[in-house]
Amino acid sequence: MAQISLATGFLLILIGFYGALTQRNLMRMIVGFTIADSGVNLVIVAIGYMHGRTAPIIDSTLPAGEAPARIIDPVPQALVLTAIVIGVGVTALMLAYAYKLYQAKRTLDISTFTELKW
Amino acid sequence: MVRRFAALLLILALGAVFLPLFLAYHPDTSLNPTALYYAERTAQDLGAANIVTAIVVTYRGLDTLGEVTVLFLSAAIVGLVLARDRLTPRPHTRVPAGELLTTGSRLLAPLIMLLGVYIFSNGHLTPGGGFQGGAVIASGVLLLLLADPERRFGHRIIGFIESLSGVAYVLIGLAGLYYAGGFLDNRILPTGQVGQLFSAGAIPLIYSLIGLKVGSEFSSILADLSETEEL
Amino acid sequence: MTTFSVALTVVLAIAMLGAAVLAITGRSLPIAILAAGLVSLFASVLFLLLASPDVAMTEAAIGSGLTTFLFFFILGRVRGGENG
Repeated sequence: MAQISLATGFLLILIGFYGALTQRNLMRMIVGFTIADSGVNLVIVAIGYMHGRTAPIIDSTLPAGEAPARIIDPVPQALVLTAIVIGVGVTALMLAYAYKLYQAKRTLDISTFTELKW
Repeated sequence: MVRRFAALLLILALGAVFLPLFLAYHPDTSLNPTALYYAERTAQDLGAANIVTAIVVTYRGLDTLGEVTVLFLSAAIVGLVLARDRLTPRPHTRVPAGELLTTGSRLLAPLIMLLGVYIFSNGHLTPGGGFQGGAVIASGVLLLLLADPERRFGHRIIGFIESLSGVAYVLIGLAGLYYAGGFLDNRILPTGQVGQLFSAGAIPLIYSLIGLKVGSEFSSILADLSETEEL
Repeated sequence: MTTFSVALTVVLAIAMLGAAVLAITGRSLPIAILAAGLVSLFASVLFLLLASPDVAMTEAAIGSGLTTFLFFFILGRVRGGENG
């Protein structure tokens, strides 16, 4: 199960970056970045998964004493939790810049923005 | 065509980097030392039932403080980038939202906000916490924006809640430095019994502040974007 | 139970990859944005299967909910530019 998720995550990263590199529309490039973002999160969570273990939350079915033997690695989950939130902040920033660029040129085609091209 | 080929070549190179990583992956059968420490000590030291929350709020609390700062910066930059558009007066082309959406939003928005508060105040017991609760609160704000696109949210109020919770977050962290083991240590309040609502020391308090901060940051991003002009 | 969750994982993985390809190659921009939101939504179910309820909640609320709405806010503002 972890292997399938890991492979899916890697493939999502590749698909997302391919989209971001080949598309000419700014919004479609941002879509590609968000897909790559999901892929990275999936890879990190899949690495922390251990077969036959449960979520790291102590309750009536999981006493604190049994936790070390029965929970999966909680550290990747804490990392991904913050990564998702940062991801949406970055996406909002990219979209705001795309809006400003559209305001300047009335198009979202990346090939028309040639001011910094050499 | 050349561009597409170059992109494909780059993706293949990246795939060639990923392939050995994937093939060399062997699932762990026991926890590594860091995870083992967190698994063994969280309940008895911090009194939190959700170990992920304990890591996010206490063990790596400084990271989380940095993270909400990054989120604040991105919300501030979105506001700055879109600032000029808000000054120009909008033509009044008001199309009223449907009766269903207006009444439904009046009914649902308080319930959604209440759910957000529930999620972040129970972050130390159940899945969820400040980030999820903050996003739920922001979606309540989004519903209000959809029901009435002309509505202007008080940026002053959003900014006030945001900075107040940020300052309180840092002050609680400093209190940990004086009264407990270090910056953002949750044991300035009694840790109580694992599984109770009032347990885990300052974790519920800190996560509620994070929830308010994240919720107001997302709300301000949404409000900024919805106040832009249609081009 | 184990075979069931493995089968569900395979189905979700195929659905995610299909949605991702649709998001990259699809003709219309709204469909591409919705497909990207769908990738996030399937990812959150997969996180639940991987015993990470915290991450699943975050991804469902933030990754698939708020991000899609941000895209549509901007899409509504740049009408006419989506084909450029």
